[in-house]
Amino acid sequence: MGIKWNEMLVGGDPLLVGSQIAIVLTVVAIVVGLTYFKKWGWLWREWLTTVDHKKIGIMYILSGVLMFFRGGMDGLLMKAQTARPEMSFLDAQHYNEIFTTHGVIMILFMAMPFLIGLMNVVVPLQIGARDVAFPQLNALSFWLFFSGAMLFNISFVVGGSPDAGWTSYFPLAGKEFSPGIGNNYYAIALQIAGLGTLMTGINFIVTILKMRAPGMTLMKMPMFTWTTLITSIIIVAAFPIFTVALALMTFDRLYGTHFFTLSSGGSDMLWANLFWLWGHPEVYIVILPAFGIFSEVIATFSRKTLYGYTSMVISIVGIAFLSMIVWVHHFYTMDAGPAVNSFFSITTMLIAVPTGVKIFNWLFTMRKGRIQFTTAMLWALAFVPNFVIGGVTGVMLAMAAADFQYHNTLFLVAHFHYVLIPGVVFAVFAGLYYWWPKMFGFMLNEKLGKYHFWLFTIGFNVTFMPMFFLGLKGAVRRAYTYSAESGFAPLFLVSAIGSIILAIGFAVFCYNIYWSFRYAKRNVSHDPWDARTLEWMTASPVQFYNFAVVPEVKQLDAFWHMKKRGETLTLKESDIKKIHMPSNSGLPFYMAVVFGITGFFLVFEAHIAAAVAAIGIVVGLIIRSFDYNDGYYVSVDEIKQTERTWRNVEGGTENHVG
Amino acid sequence: MSANVNHSLPLEYQTEQNRLNILGFWIFLGAEIVLFATLFAVYGVLGHRYAGGPTPSDIFKLNDVLIETLLLLTSSFTCGLAVFFMRQRNMKQLLVWFVITLLLGAGFLFMEIREFIHYVHEGATMQTSAFLSSFFVLLGTHGAHVTFGIIWAVMLIIQLLQRGLTPVTARKMFIISLYWHFLDVVWIFIFTFVYLKGMVG
Amino acid sequence: MEHKSKYPVSHVVGFLFSLILTFVAVFVALKMNVSYTIVMWIIGSLAIIQAGLQLFMFMHVTEGEDGKTNVINMAYAVFVAIVIVAGSIWVLTSGHAAH
Ligand code: HEM
Ligand SMILES: [Cu+2]
Repeated sequence: MGIKWNEMLVGGDPLLVGSQIAIVLTVVAIVVGLTYFKKWGWLWREWLTTVDHKKIGIMYILSGVLMFFRGGMDGLLMKAQTARPEMSFLDAQHYNEIFTTHGVIMILFMAMPFLIGLMNVVVPLQIGARDVAFPQLNALSFWLFFSGAMLFNISFVVGGSPDAGWTSYFPLAGKEFSPGIGNNYYAIALQIAGLGTLMTGINFIVTILKMRAPGMTLMKMPMFTWTTLITSIIIVAAFPIFTVALALMTFDRLYGTHFFTLSSGGSDMLWANLFWLWGHPEVYIVILPAFGIFSEVIATFSRKTLYGYTSMVISIVGIAFLSMIVWVHHFYTMDAGPAVNSFFSITTMLIAVPTGVKIFNWLFTMRKGRIQFTTAMLWALAFVPNFVIGGVTGVMLAMAAADFQYHNTLFLVAHFHYVLIPGVVFAVFAGLYYWWPKMFGFMLNEKLGKYHFWLFTIGFNVTFMPMFFLGLKGAVRRAYTYSAESGFAPLFLVSAIGSIILAIGFAVFCYNIYWSFRYAKRNVSHDPWDARTLEWMTASPVQFYNFAVVPEVKQLDAFWHMKKRGETLTLKESDIKKIHMPSNSGLPFYMAVVFGITGFFLVFEAHIAAAVAAIGIVVGLIIRSFDYNDGYYVSVDEIKQTERTWRNVEGGTENHVG
Repeated sequence: MSANVNHSLPLEYQTEQNRLNILGFWIFLGAEIVLFATLFAVYGVLGHRYAGGPTPSDIFKLNDVLIETLLLLTSSFTCGLAVFFMRQRNMKQLLVWFVITLLLGAGFLFMEIREFIHYVHEGATMQTSAFLSSFFVLLGTHGAHVTFGIIWAVMLIIQLLQRGLTPVTARKMFIISLYWHFLDVVWIFIFTFVYLKGMVG
Repeated sequence: MEHKSKYPVSHVVGFLFSLILTFVAVFVALKMNVSYTIVMWIIGSLAIIQAGLQLFMFMHVTEGEDGKTNVINMAYAVFVAIVIVAGSIWVLTSGHAAH
């Protein structure tokens, strides 16, 4: 008990001290900037208390960009360290910390917020809704995620990073072998963020099931909405497992229980089992929305309805079941015997079937389509072959007997980067280029986008392709260095050079955002891509109430067919009725703060302080219970005025592409 | 809450927002099932690893457990009655049965805490063995849910007194009843797969 | 929807049944002289019946416009629960993992 305040700041290392100084300076700069420009009120009213799904989505995406930066830096540091044999840029401990934070941040704080952010922005619009089912809960989800992410990130400079891998296997992650507080950060920060994600799952299930525009039956929903629905279902099915696993980890580390310890009857492999019971579905949680994004992008830029819509739906529903029964393929080498390993080998290979169905559907959608090579479409095109490499190596790993060879080598690391980077990162980029005008009212620059695309995809392949061969030659993962005699040096060097190209690609993307904010044309139309789904029917950027009149849906690709019938921009003003909207609330932000403080004290094992802070959580819940705020109405006049501004923009309706 | 009210339905189903909340809560219960299933799985794996410490038959006492079970079972029944009377717009009966439910719940908690203290005195703590770690955390999680439910219910009673039966308070009442019944369902499995199982073997 | 009856018949019946099931389970577990496996099968089934009782007679899962959704939701949750419990026990008590 008791905090050792003098040990709190991690010191010594120039890299760390440098980052500490940088963090302090950034915070000071932000505070000064906000005060100088008198933006505090604006920040509070427009962002911190907002319950608007579009703004929440944008905040998620912004967090995703920041976290990609952090996780990417980690990746680059690792690549630098292994560029030459026996380098001493990072020591073993440092390397351990960095691959741990890299893995956690990339999956939970980069992939998740990017995808949940896009879900937030797009799904209510695609189904013709005014917001999600529980707007305030949605804000709470975001703020809990953010609180967890920040708590995790400060571990780097306050108290020490977790260092037992993103899987944090026991016994290594236990108190015996990791006595510091680093792994407490893992247990507690992920718990807080996970609660937010669980609420997101519930929120989107209800939204999609209950708030679709009239006429939009389940089988007329856009594919991204479908994948979001199934993702949300998997979230609700899988995240409670993680909640429990992390809670038990916390008990083991803080209160001396024996769930995963080696002594007193604990079972270290029970942790691995629970972790992957959640962890494998988690992979599908991040990959399914990405499939949805590609489906939208490919259909739009091939100018065709998605091929095999029904088979697509069946295969993602199938994945909702299959993804729950494959988890053991992550620890075949525990050797639970031939029966167990064969069973999970078969279920794992079965997953290739629905995935293959999807790949063929995308290919057939493009067949004979009039393909437009926009940046968004380029990402989708590059996705297919790259993802197939990831998938095929996955089937190799699925064979339990063979996995005893591949396990824990860089072959595996290359495999999952080939799944996650094309599957998630390419998809996020595609989605951002595609929906950017909807979010902000201007386009990202297409030319810079193409530089971004080529640098990133080439850099990606140069980085990770060599890792397959390194792995086959026996290079193990999570090793901070290797000897010159091993003969690994040339391929490692190539891989390191690749990571620089990849980083330049990402830098171009950041520059593109900056450039477009400053210089891009603002009179972009509501439908710049000549697209197919409802979100393109309303203004860009979208007015806060989304739709003046909720559209009526008659078939799949509803908006496309409306355009064909020439009925899109006709709005009878007499149809406009006042609109009910939810009010802003500061409570979600408050909850994030008290959760963050409680978590922080728990990390430092200051139990009494944590208990006191936890009272703040209870108080927040009680305030919420007595909150009868009913929202407010937008008047018909205000709606009329808003609608007139965008429906009559001169030249604004022309298409940007095509 | 949105304006269209359908008066032919029970109060708690009358507004669209209410229907959203009720469905959302059911889905939350789905998540709760998974959460408790995980705890049961942990207990299933670790439940016989005594590490030389006490075993279930050393410490479990049928009488106490039976009393706890009956208290919770009855409270689930009275909670159902509360909702039944709510649907007849009978505020007084609703409150009576709801308060009885809470008292029974509090009685359950009292018994459970007494049981835990007793175990600790016998040297059976959370730190003793994997069996006891998983036992205490599974039961503790259930107990924490009951505690949370009681606090929540008190808040709701205040609101019922302040505002009477409206679609909003009725919806809250209905949702807490789902929660309460669910805790009883969990208990049935604890009773069977922790206590009875421990006393058979 | 709730039947318009004046008395909470289904609640009383449900309550009586759950009392009976509880006591039968206690009796089977502690007083009957059969093997452990058989006892577990019987009391396990009784627990499931009783849970179903709560779900249908007290919680009215099938009620309302989302009744069907609720049933699917519960069925999926039960599927996941079985996978977690049976799967974990199976995996962690087979082969080398057992030791
Ligand atoms: C931006 C470019 C990236 C680079 C340069 C990179 C590089 C690396 C490296 C060098 C490792 C450690 C290999 C070792 O075991 O020694 C690693 C591990 C890992 N990466 Fe990445 N990566 C990148 C992007 C991503 C993305 C986008 C994700 C996920 C969405 C991701 C997820 C992971 C995970 C989960 C691990 C395993 C961490 C562990 O061993 O605990 N990475 N990455
Ligand atoms: Cu997996």
